[in-house]
Amino acid sequence: MTSPTLISYNPSEKQVNCSGDWQLSQLPQIFSLLEKITWPQHGEITIDGQAISSMDSAGAYLLNQWIQKLKKSGINPKLQHFSEQQTKLLGFIKQELTKEHQIPSITEKPFLYSVGEQTYAQLNEFRAYLSFIGHLSIESLRLIYQRGQIRWNELAAIIYRNGYQALPIIALLSLMIGVVITYQMGVQLRNYGANVYIVDFLGLSVLREFGPLITAIMVAGRTGSAFTAQLGLMKINQEIDALDTMGVTPADILILPRILGLFIALPLLTMWADFFGVLGGMVMANSMLHLTWYDFLHRFSQVIPLKALLIGMGKAPVFALIIASVGCFQGMKVEGSAASVGQNTTRSVVLAIFFIIVVDAIFSVIFSELKL
Amino acid sequence: MTSTETIIEIKNLSTEFGNTQVHKDINLSIKRGEVIAIVGGSGCGKTTLLREMLGLTQPTSGSIKIFDQDILLASPEILLKIQRRFGVLFQENALFSSLNLLENVAFPLHEHTRLDKNMIQELALLKILMAGLPSSAAVKYPAMLSGGMQKRAGLARAIVLDPELIFLDEPTAGLDPNTASGLDELVLNLQATMGLTIVIITHDLDTLWTVTDRVAFIGEGVILDVAPLAELVKNPHPLIKEFFSGSRGRTAEASHSKGKDKHGN
Repeated sequence: MTSPTLISYNPSEKQVNCSGDWQLSQLPQIFSLLEKITWPQHGEITIDGQAISSMDSAGAYLLNQWIQKLKKSGINPKLQHFSEQQTKLLGFIKQELTKEHQIPSITEKPFLYSVGEQTYAQLNEFRAYLSFIGHLSIESLRLIYQRGQIRWNELAAIIYRNGYQALPIIALLSLMIGVVITYQMGVQLRNYGANVYIVDFLGLSVLREFGPLITAIMVAGRTGSAFTAQLGLMKINQEIDALDTMGVTPADILILPRILGLFIALPLLTMWADFFGVLGGMVMANSMLHLTWYDFLHRFSQVIPLKALLIGMGKAPVFALIIASVGCFQGMKVEGSAASVGQNTTRSVVLAIFFIIVVDAIFSVIFSELKL
Repeated sequence: MTSTETIIEIKNLSTEFGNTQVHKDINLSIKRGEVIAIVGGSGCGKTTLLREMLGLTQPTSGSIKIFDQDILLASPEILLKIQRRFGVLFQENALFSSLNLLENVAFPLHEHTRLDKNMIQELALLKILMAGLPSSAAVKYPAMLSGGMQKRAGLARAIVLDPELIFLDEPTAGLDPNTASGLDELVLNLQATMGLTIVIITHDLDTLWTVTDRVAFIGEGVILDVAPLAELVKNPHPLIKEFFSGSRGRTAEASHSKGKDKHGN
């Protein structure tokens, strides 16, 4: 197959003999053989194709390229003994290649230009997000006014999938957070013989911060991404357009149930996470710090005010709004291709977690100003 | 151009999904250089048969030989070698949405040849031109192309490795009549110049009349008849009769019996 006689040049007869398989797989060999030939300065040469056993479009392309090249350097090549099929193929390729065949070049943008472009795009996206929220608010008012009822089925499905089905993972995660906090704090407290203060530490940190935050981050990863991917694929399949033409707005049947569902589910999940966080801490306190169950629970009711639980749970609905609205917004922004679904899902999770932490910091400042 | 050499040989093929029997006993042989269409009513197992020929779905029993190799018994390496010798145009084009057109078409070349980058680009561009697309489309992404252009792009990718055999799954579905007949012409042109063997799955009666040498009709789990279309339409079998006797079938037949068929007679 790799015989070097794919092409040979006979200087005395000014004849090029082609033979063998002029195929895609042989292209590098043919190419290097062609390069090695010392062509005459000018005049006519004949290219003989009698011995070619097969030629595909890649082979024909290469032959055509060399013919053009030779013509430019003043040599006039003539083809002979090519089969009818091969002549047809050569003709077809020659005809295709006489068309305009410059690949339009993609010019790289200068650095400053792309910085400006990015900034503009981000600002634009933020504006689009605000208008999305505004649009949703008006839409929900309209729906309440016009119909005065909620789509219970959709709502229940959202709460089931994103609340109920998340229970095991949230429980496991918060249990481990409780264990870790108690372990780290316990090591320090034991040095001072202040074992019992673990209850204060654990209770306040889990109820006020860790419970809501860990749950929100987990849900952002689990639910926010799902919202974006679902809506994004529906957008690509034109399901959203279909809904619109049936007089059912996507906000009505898709977005509002999601936002409302998460609004209900996330505080409940936070409560659940609080419970398991404290439980994990209690088990660890018992085994490491030898704090009995009774002592732990007794002190817990004395030092942890109800306020701590309420503050923590009060943040959850805000987080839910962030996760659901960002998730749905990114989903509705999907355009064109599968790659876009992937990009927007990533953005959805990253932005949701980012805003959750920012908002949490703002809450901390507000609460400390209010001395809560 | 049709030679006597058999390129695909399907014998006693049967397929079951759970309790439903899709194919009972399929026997079909396809010769090198011919354009054959596989037709039949919806749900008769055309696409399943195609997937089985591509090596994507396993039939329940029987054998499929492509290039004299039984692809059901072939090792993964051999199967890959066979798959490299054919090209496929999928129903939904299956263009990679994250790559632009040139990259899409060049992809098989990058994977399967050791050519340098320039040569790959040139060859890919040649195939794009051969498929009847303008060179300005080369840097566009699939989502930016119209349906007809996507089909042509899919076809360009299918022929980029210079296959001996190509499979077209519903090549004209969802295209306007003008674009569809343009695509038919393109298929014929490629077949003539590159000496391809073409297997088409289609519902499009115009495509059947213009492009095909023979048509295989699937129904009741078997191949009911394989014949040139002009003979096939005369088959008295009720399923075949029903398929071609609709008003569209008659119109297509009438317009092509006026000497506009493939062989120009």
